[in-house]
Parts: sequence; C-alpha cells; structure tokens
Amino acid sequence: MEVKENTISILVNNRPDVLARIAGTFSGRGFNIESISANITRNPDITRIIITTLGNRETVIKLEKQLTKIIDVLEVKDLTRVVAACREMILVRMKLTDANHEKIMQTIDTLKWKIVSMDADVCILEITGGKEEIDNALTILDKLGMDDFTRTGVIALERHP
Amino acid sequence: MKLTGAQVLFNALEKEDVDTIFGFPGGAVLDIFDELYRRKIKNILVRHEQGAIHAADGYARASGKVGVCLVTSGPGATNTVTGIANAFMDSIPVVVLTGQVATSLIGGDAFQEVDITGITRPCTKHNFLVRRIEDLGRTVREAFHIARTGRPGPVLVDIPKDVTRALIEEKDISWTLSLPNNGKKAPIEEGCAKALDMIMKAEKPLIISGGGVMLGRAWDELKQFVQTLNIPITSTLMGLGGFPASAPQWLGMPGMHGTYYANMAISHCDLMIAIGMRFDDRVTSKLDAFAPHAKVLHIDIDPASIDKFVKTHLSIASDCKPVLQLLNKWISDDKVAIPAAQTKVWHDQIDAWKKHAPLSYCQADKIKPQHVVDTLYRLTDGKAIITTEVGQNQMWAAQFYRFDYPNSFISSGGLGTMGFGFPAAIGAQVACPDRVVVDIAGDGSIQMNIQELATAVNYNLPVKIVILNNGFLGMVRQWQELFYGKRYSHSNIRNVPDFVKLAEAYDAVGLRATHPEEVEATLKQGLATDRTVVMDFHVEPEEGVYPMVSPGAALTDMVLSK
Repeated sequence: MEVKENTISILVNNRPDVLARIAGTFSGRGFNIESISANITRNPDITRIIITTLGNRETVIKLEKQLTKIIDVLEVKDLTRVVAACREMILVRMKLTDANHEKIMQTIDTLKWKIVSMDADVCILEITGGKEEIDNALTILDKLGMDDFTRTGVIALERHP
Repeated sequence: MKLTGAQVLFNALEKEDVDTIFGFPGGAVLDIFDELYRRKIKNILVRHEQGAIHAADGYARASGKVGVCLVTSGPGATNTVTGIANAFMDSIPVVVLTGQVATSLIGGDAFQEVDITGITRPCTKHNFLVRRIEDLGRTVREAFHIARTGRPGPVLVDIPKDVTRALIEEKDISWTLSLPNNGKKAPIEEGCAKALDMIMKAEKPLIISGGGVMLGRAWDELKQFVQTLNIPITSTLMGLGGFPASAPQWLGMPGMHGTYYANMAISHCDLMIAIGMRFDDRVTSKLDAFAPHAKVLHIDIDPASIDKFVKTHLSIASDCKPVLQLLNKWISDDKVAIPAAQTKVWHDQIDAWKKHAPLSYCQADKIKPQHVVDTLYRLTDGKAIITTEVGQNQMWAAQFYRFDYPNSFISSGGLGTMGFGFPAAIGAQVACPDRVVVDIAGDGSIQMNIQELATAVNYNLPVKIVILNNGFLGMVRQWQELFYGKRYSHSNIRNVPDFVKLAEAYDAVGLRATHPEEVEATLKQGLATDRTVVMDFHVEPEEGVYPMVSPGAALTDMVLSK
C-alpha cells in the first residue's frame, strides 16, 4: 500500500500531560510525527492537535485505534480522506544587502508576501500556504539570501464536519 | 465538617467497596497510613512494593474485583513499575496509589521525588497527578471506573503529601465522574448475524479463546456455545480455565509450547473464531503461516487488537459476553446446529492428532517436573488456584494442571515477569481464603520475591510454594541447549539456598523431595499443613518443555520431544 503523508486531527481534553500521552503513543507504538500543531478550540477546555505522519492506510487505521484508547482523547479524524483545508505558515528572516535588496522587494511584491518586521539590514516575512507553496517559497528565498526560518506544523479544518 | 485529603481518600475507597489493600508505608504517605490506622480497611503489609502490586494483581484475578496497592513516592513508586506493566499487558484492573512530594516541591528533585506519572504513562491505562484536594475524591473514583470498564487495566493515582494533609469541607468534595468519552458500546447484532452464518458454513471450525473470557466473566456462555455447536476449542495461556479442560472439545493450549493437536488444528482449520484474545506472538509464531486456510472471526473488546497482526474476515469489537449471549440465544431459539456430517472429517482428524502426540513425559530416576504438577492436579482434584512464576515452571503448570474452573490459573502472560507468582498467590489467598492456593515456581523465579515469605507467614496465609528446583534458569538453559550450542552462559544457578532452611528461617514450613517416590507424600503433607509451606522438589536438571515451536517457525514445525 502507498506510503504518504497523513493529516490527523485529534480533539483532546486540555490537560497538561495530554500532549505527552499523544507523543508517547506515537513513539512507543513505532509511528513518527512529521509535524504537529496544537491550540484550544471554541471550548477552551478542549484542544485540537493536528499531526502529520507518514504511513499507508493500514498504519493510519492502527494509529487511530491506539490514539482513541487514550482516556483524554475525545475524537480522532483522518483529514487526509475528507475535503479539508490544510495550511502551514513560515516566518523567514532575510539579510538585506545592497546586492539583494531590490530583488527581494520585487519578489515580495509579486508574490504578495507580507513583511512583519523590518529595519535597514533585516526583514522578517510571513508566508502561509499549502505544503508545496511553502516548499517553493523556501527554495526561492534560499537563493535570495535567507538567514533563517521557522515553520509551523500543518493546521487543517475539514469542510463538512 | 472538614476532612483531610487522607480521609477523603479512604471515603473514596469505601465508596468503591474496597476492603483490602496491599501496601508499604513511607514518608510521603505517612498521613494516609495514619488515617489507615483508624479505618476498617485491611492493609496487607508486604516486604517490597513489587510484592504489593503483584499481590493486588493476583487478588484482582482471583476475585474479579479491582486490586488496590498503596506505596510511597520515589523508590516506593518505581518498585511497582514492573507490576504495573505486568497488569497492563494482561489487562488486569488495579488501582495504584502512590505518594508524591508536596506540590510546592514537585519538579525540584526533592528527596524521594520521581515523576511517576511520566514513568508509568506507557504502561498504565491512565494515570493522574492530583494537585488539589478538591479533585481527590472524584479522581480516585474515576481511577476505579477506568480500571474496571472496557478493556481493564492498571490506573495510577499520584497524591502529593500536602494534598493528603489539606482540609476540605465535606460538602465541597466532588464525587461526580467526568469521563464523557468512556464506555461507548458499538452495536453487535449485525456482526453476530454474519458470524453465525460463517459458523454454520464451516467444515473445519476452531475456537481460540483468551483472557477476555475471564475478564468478561463469559465462561458459562462460552461453555454453552462450544458444547451446543460441538466446536473444538483451544485456549491461550491467559484463557486457561475459561473452558473446562476435561471437556472433550478442548484441545489444550496453542502456541510455542502448545499441544500438537491445538497447533495442527490452527494450521488446518477453515474458520477460526477468536474470542477475547489478541494473537500474541507466542501464540501465532510465524504470522504468514498462522491459520493459513482459515477465515478469521475476531471478537475482542479492544478495537486496537483487531487487525493488529492477524487479518480478520469479520470482527466484532465488543465484550465477548453479550456477543456469546446473543449467539446462544439465536442458536437455542432457532434450534441451530451444525450438521454432524459437515464436520465429521474434521473431528476425526483432530482425534487422530490427539492420539498421535498427547502431552506426555517419561518417569526416570530423578523427579520429573511434569510428574509433580500432574500429582498436584490429582491431589487437589483440579480445584486449586494455581499461580506460576515464569519460564519452564509456568509452561509445565499450564500443560499438566488441567484447568476446569475460571480464575484459577494466575500467571504473568504478556510481560513474563519472574517473581510474579508468589506475591500473586498471596493476593489470591487473601481474596479466596477457603481455596487451596499453590505457586508453581522455579528455583530462579522464587528468589525474585522470596521476601514475601514474611508477609505470608505474618498473615497466616496457607499459600503453598512448589519449587521445581533444577538448579538452572530452566527456560534460558533450554534455549541455550537448542539454539546456542549448549553454551549455558549464566543460566546455571546451582548455588541456590537451602529452601527448607530458608522457609524455616521465615517461620514457614519447609519440605523437600529428591526421589520420584517422595513426590506424592511430600505434596500430601504440604497440602495438609495449614501454614505457609515451601516444597522443594529436586527435579531432573535438564528436562525440557515440549512440544516446542522454534521462535519464528510455523506452528506445524514442532519439536515433540528431546
């Protein structure tokens, strides 16, 4: 069966050790977390955790069953198999020099990226998009003199609950 | 009226009908033990915390109730970890109460501080750190609820010392469970209808039952199901006693040291009905060769056990009791029967396998360990509670004590914990004071929790220990003999203590047998003695457990004898 990246949405009770339980289930049962993001939902007592993991369908079903057994887990959904919006965000620090300044500003303008912080020799960009978009942006920025970046895990929301 | 945390804790235990706990005191639980001093709940004071957790486990298995163990923080808590993992692997309902350093000290490497909820997260069903006295009552009740519902398991509650000393108005204590997602049950009718259809069509059906039959208290339903349809049945180590071993349908245990006929039946059946079992690797051996001709129907309470290793054709994720009840009802209402002609060839084939290689051993000059177990079975009329250690002793007990009754075989199945059997026997004897309780042990395993002799003698528990003393870590030696060119690396422990003197040092009774003709008299004397008895049987040192399927081989690939 095909191995691909799967996006799993997990609703959990917002308790201090719940992330450790989730992470422990992945590591202890031989699954790997590719990316993770978590924050509270409309109900602040409930947290949504989005995890992406590599595996085939069979692996993901096994994982879902193991996660469902955790007492503080309220719901597990495989968003890979439904229509869902998936986005990531990066913040990128660019070193500005006389040589690259103009080119960077042009690119930002063309691609409608957002500058969130800037002074004479450094600027920080904010870019959101799907996985491929972010990968492409990083390739472009790398060539233009990227100093460093930070990338969130995937966040995702299904179209029809 | 104001109550202390310690008082709230005991009120919670009383609400859960706890009358006996197994514990050992220490700094962080002094307030709890001080309250215990005034309470009716009986504490069995062990000599090591590992003894407490195994005893609580044995108590739970023998009684069907939740076992409770109470220990202090730090080393007290870590000493229970093996026993917690043991209960987790075998799905035994146990609540472990651990003391913790005061909340203000947590995280600061305080004296006797350990992050026990962190340590036990992967080997508990759930665990709690109670930071506020307001949460204590509810949390303890949740722990019991989680331990005993669904697939049972151990739950740990870590209670900081200041919480045990804090005061709360009685009216401010919350007892209401907050477990919104717990205890959901899936419908079973459709699965049962399909299952019955599969069963009716099978020409070579086989049932394989496990510990879920015991945990679900479904032995009567299983018996009715098997006997009405006359389907051959094999039971895993954890399932022994779930179906009477003396019934004609029973094929013994499957797997690595299973019977020839159970393994042959698995390898040739066309329908495998798995009930309350999880296809452990010691049962399946080589997965590709496991039940290669069978459609698999799997009934198990844990959805995660279904399709984990063995692909099913039909699964019912449910407690096995309601499933068997419904099937039995349909079978009896509609007078369903599998036509005898449909399965005649299969039954004849199984009879032939049974005759070809029954479980056996040869008498010799030295005592055969199988002979000891066999004689014990005869002398106790098959009615004792047998606990075991782990290794050869465990396998001989499983093979040669024929279990007709549920909750009578108490053994560390999943984790394989040496040192489990004796404290578990203490727990079983506390739960069932009127039954004969025997720990079948090896000379290696028994030394792993030998200190509990003091506990058994202290409470006048007439537990019997039968040591099959071969001077070796016998199962390790057997593997070294078969797979490591007889290089007996560190498996020879012939410098064992004198177990008779050891028993006497603890004020227990010590008996010894060194010749086959002494076996029966020694067992009779031991069983007739209403005290803790250690019986030391000097057995053939290099006897092996057979049949044996080599690790990783197909179940048909059995070595039947040395």
